[in-house]
Amino acid sequence: MTPTLQFCLIISAALFSIGLLAALSRRHAIFILIGIEMMLAAANLNFVAFWRFGPQPQPPTGVMVAIFSIAIAAAEAAVGLALVIAVYRHYRTTNVTKLDQLKG
Amino acid sequence: MSTAAFIVIAVLTLAGALAAASLLKLIHAALCLVLAFLGVAAFYFLLGAEFVGLVQVFVYVGAVAVLIVFTILLTRPAEETGGGFNWAGIMTAIAVFAGLMWAILGTPTLAVVAPQIEALTVKRIGEALMTDYVWPLQCVGLLLTAALIGGLILVMEEKR
Amino acid sequence: MTGERVDQIFVVAKHWLLSLLAGSPDWVLQIASSLLNIAAVLGAFMMLFALISVLERKILGRIQNRYGPNRVGPFGLLQPLADGIKLLIKEDIVPARADKILHFLAPILMAATAILALGVIPYGRNMTPFSIDGGILFFFAVGSTTELGVFMAGWGSNNKFSMLGAMRAIAQMVSYELPLLITVLPVIMIVGSLSADAIVAAQDGYALAGIVPRWFVFKPWGAAAFILFFVSGLVESNRTPFDVPEGESEIVAGHMTEYSGFKYATFFLAEYFGMFAISGLAVTLFLGGWHAPIQALEFIPSYLWFFAKLALLLFVFIWIRGTLPRMRVDHVMRFAWTFMLPMAFTCILAAAVWHYQRGVAGWFYSFGVVGIVYLGLSRLLDTKKKFAPRTYRFAE
Repeated sequence: MTPTLQFCLIISAALFSIGLLAALSRRHAIFILIGIEMMLAAANLNFVAFWRFGPQPQPPTGVMVAIFSIAIAAAEAAVGLALVIAVYRHYRTTNVTKLDQLKG
Repeated sequence: MSTAAFIVIAVLTLAGALAAASLLKLIHAALCLVLAFLGVAAFYFLLGAEFVGLVQVFVYVGAVAVLIVFTILLTRPAEETGGGFNWAGIMTAIAVFAGLMWAILGTPTLAVVAPQIEALTVKRIGEALMTDYVWPLQCVGLLLTAALIGGLILVMEEKR
Repeated sequence: MTGERVDQIFVVAKHWLLSLLAGSPDWVLQIASSLLNIAAVLGAFMMLFALISVLERKILGRIQNRYGPNRVGPFGLLQPLADGIKLLIKEDIVPARADKILHFLAPILMAATAILALGVIPYGRNMTPFSIDGGILFFFAVGSTTELGVFMAGWGSNNKFSMLGAMRAIAQMVSYELPLLITVLPVIMIVGSLSADAIVAAQDGYALAGIVPRWFVFKPWGAAAFILFFVSGLVESNRTPFDVPEGESEIVAGHMTEYSGFKYATFFLAEYFGMFAISGLAVTLFLGGWHAPIQALEFIPSYLWFFAKLALLLFVFIWIRGTLPRMRVDHVMRFAWTFMLPMAFTCILAAAVWHYQRGVAGWFYSFGVVGIVYLGLSRLLDTKKKFAPRTYRFAE
């Protein structure tokens, strides 16, 4: 069987759900960031897959969006990790369930 | 595009991602994430977008993974583990995956095979960046500058 | 044999070997071709590694007014054999509470990335192992994965010195990646392609009646970029004067403290292969790759020219190691961010000026841009410390 678009989409859907799993079910802040990065990577894979399997010849729109998305993901990871470090300095914990001072 | 390569890389990527999401020790999870990113980069190579694959290795593995690893180092908690699991999260993830699978497998127009294309050269990407996408390029530059300055300010020690 | 045949002898040999497999399906031929390329690169560079490891010690010895190793074999040239046997029979000690998987994988990752980087460099006419469109980007992508290997080594050893050494090494490598990349940008700009073969082909030809080659190192922006690239390469390979991560008097052996026997040899190999890769890339980008310097000498095969230039650059690496003392780690960082980064940006500006202003005026303006920024930076960054005049005491 030759690889079809469905195959690529299933893989990126699986990667997305695993990222969602990591983001929702872990308590450590860095794990949540790992999950978010995985979700972004899965979305980029979707873009490139649709560009590749679409009617050719077409302009490289999917590829360009993927490149910009990678750049933005890097910026977001940097700021997110800086936030984790700043929070750790204050509260000495990275457990997100313990950061509840604004509750109630 | 050979099927064997696709399947091998898919298995590797998903195994790495599952390990990253479920391992208890944080460092091992971060390094399995690197494996998953490398798998995604290999996917890009297979799909014919080599430049994106190289940028993926460069930015994600060379920069984001190093950042994650450094942050793990700097915020070492008393216990090394990342904590236990949350059943609601697992159920949500499985539900999302089931929904996506239903949507994908239920659309017959998505079962197409890849048409033949000419290789996407870096020259074409460069031309597209400078003509059609020049304003997004400037915006991304501005965004990266803002992220750089913001990150630095967040982490700088306060002057006493 | 004519000059053409000697030049292409390895290509012809590979095609002959592949023709023995004729009639196999396409993927078998592809895999066999890749394996032959890999075997050739590994074989050549393993021999070069053995040779350079003993030559380095001999040259360092001569710089320090002593003989190097000269017991094993004629002129000590079989020393790598003795070293290899010694390292192989040493006991492999792993700390009790070390992370076994990380401790094991770190040297493998570092060696693997260094060898991967060697795959996109053109060694001769039609002799690039993997000729891909984004060759230079592949080189740097693989090089930036080295930092993860260093971290794994430092963390996996469960040792405070290793961890500190690894953090210092990563900070240094990350800081100098920027000047490394930005000094390559003028070359890519002028050539218009990321492929290493295209860059070497753009340095073809001779000016002034076959005497002066059109290499990029002979342009004003190219000379500045070459020097900056070379210095950044020194830092990336953790060589003196930037070898704080592995200096014995500083931090024991940095991230390599807890490694013994063959794993240490693998780190050693990774460092040397990194040196080979950076020198190979410098030759490709600035020194004209496999082209001959004078038109009259073009009959010498292309791969001999490549390895001659590579040997020259490695000699300069070793020479600098024997001559300069180690720099303090905060000086190293300051040097990167305040001097090398602005100079790298001016190289891009100078290349643009040279490209768009043709003729002698272009050369003048380009040289002027580089010169003015260099003089300005050196005045600005001068700490204006006054030192007492040096006094020497000689043994009477």
